[in-house]
Amino acid sequence: MRTDGTFIGIEVDDEALAAEPRLAGHLSQVCPVDIYREAGDGKLEIVARNVDECVLCRLCLDIAQLDVGEDTVRVIKLYDGGATLE
Amino acid sequence: MRFFEYEAREIVKRAGIPVTDFGFTTDAAEARAIAERIGGPTVIKSQVLTGGRMKAGGVKFADTPAEAEAYAADILELEINGHMPRGVLVDPKADVKQEYYAGVVWDGTAKKPVILFSDMGGIDIEEVAEQHPDHVGRVHISNLLPISDYQAKECIAQTGVTGKALQRLTPIVRRLAQLFVDNDMVLAEINPLCEMNDGTFVALDAHMDMESEARGRHKGLLEELGVGDDETRLAREPTEFELAGEAVDSADHRGVAGNVTEFDGNIGLVIGAGGGSLTLFDAVRAHGGEPANYCEIGGNPSVHKTCGLAKLVLTKPGVDKIAVMMSIVSNTRVDIVARGVIKACLELGFDPAEKIAIFRIPGAWEEEGFKILEKYGIEYADRSVSMHEAARRAVAKIAGPEAVTS
Repeated sequence: MRTDGTFIGIEVDDEALAAEPRLAGHLSQVCPVDIYREAGDGKLEIVARNVDECVLCRLCLDIAQLDVGEDTVRVIKLYDGGATLE
Repeated sequence: MRFFEYEAREIVKRAGIPVTDFGFTTDAAEARAIAERIGGPTVIKSQVLTGGRMKAGGVKFADTPAEAEAYAADILELEINGHMPRGVLVDPKADVKQEYYAGVVWDGTAKKPVILFSDMGGIDIEEVAEQHPDHVGRVHISNLLPISDYQAKECIAQTGVTGKALQRLTPIVRRLAQLFVDNDMVLAEINPLCEMNDGTFVALDAHMDMESEARGRHKGLLEELGVGDDETRLAREPTEFELAGEAVDSADHRGVAGNVTEFDGNIGLVIGAGGGSLTLFDAVRAHGGEPANYCEIGGNPSVHKTCGLAKLVLTKPGVDKIAVMMSIVSNTRVDIVARGVIKACLELGFDPAEKIAIFRIPGAWEEEGFKILEKYGIEYADRSVSMHEAARRAVAKIAGPEAVTS
């Protein structure tokens, strides 16, 4: 029996967050299901309760790419062998 | 949404149908005053949203105003089938020559209202229809086109009523049909509709049931009748299970995962999508299954909300497995529903592959959804499996192959 009940993983590059203080705010603004929360001073909190609500909309990937560059945010489909949202 | 008799009579009166000079009150002394105004013998009737009033002592005949007061005081304290009365209706004792029945109900098969009329009123129309079918007239009407006198007349005439009675009954029945359509009723019934000894006709009792979803269209009427927004007026009080379903649904604004109705079967259902709930519920029953619940899921509820509903159904006593089935979904995502129901199993310590008998939701994001289901070893079906076949499989898996009747 599988007991792992997490479907989505989120990774955000710490160096990118430090380099671009607006990124945390932008991520919290674009996410439709409130996975990201701005914690002040450019810091970012991942809201664990909402991670599995991810609708794979790519908005976080797009805004992170605009602010910093590719691969700043990775959305991982844990149910799909760890495939990342492209 | 049901109305008390005094409200139903008011609706009938507003539609231009003659009623007696009745009064409603919550106070015994006022009942006496109404009886004095009426002058003569009266009937005191408990105002409860349940049947069996007469048997329970909720209807009494008073010869004097003093008696009316005493009976009203008794009836106001009398609980009937767990219901305390809203008040009492004080009605003149009628001098009846003959009792008729007139009703309009929604015919779900014909998908239009049907006028019913019988020259045998005062008893259950179902009983009359069964034992004296030639005494029941039926005519379907349109919800959109104007209702004509001839339709009412045709219905009444089917029971053999002719002459003056037919002429006098026709506008009453036509107005009842108009009332039904105008007020979005699912039932509008006058029983008995009485011919008095002086040849006039009056509605002596009325039952009205409005489509709950139409309440917003009739705020004015409901306000004038004093029906509060918080009064559900359902056929029965919601069970704890149903209230818990309401709590799940109202905890999150996204989508629908609720409208739960409790049944006493063993097949837990998480069903929905564009009429899919009703179709699937019926399909389960058609295959010999006994649902533990009805519910509706759709409009893209969150994972958390879907999980809450699935947990509620899974923990209902007598439920061993759930069937997750929907019509082909457009906006509700297969992968989101899959995550929710799997989470529910895991959070309760169950194996999703064991607890989810079948998952049949084709449509939006089904590829992602099917990947999730495969990972957890859950039996799923795509659109090549009909809703009826999915229901049959659910019954076979949950209740056993011997339970399948078709």
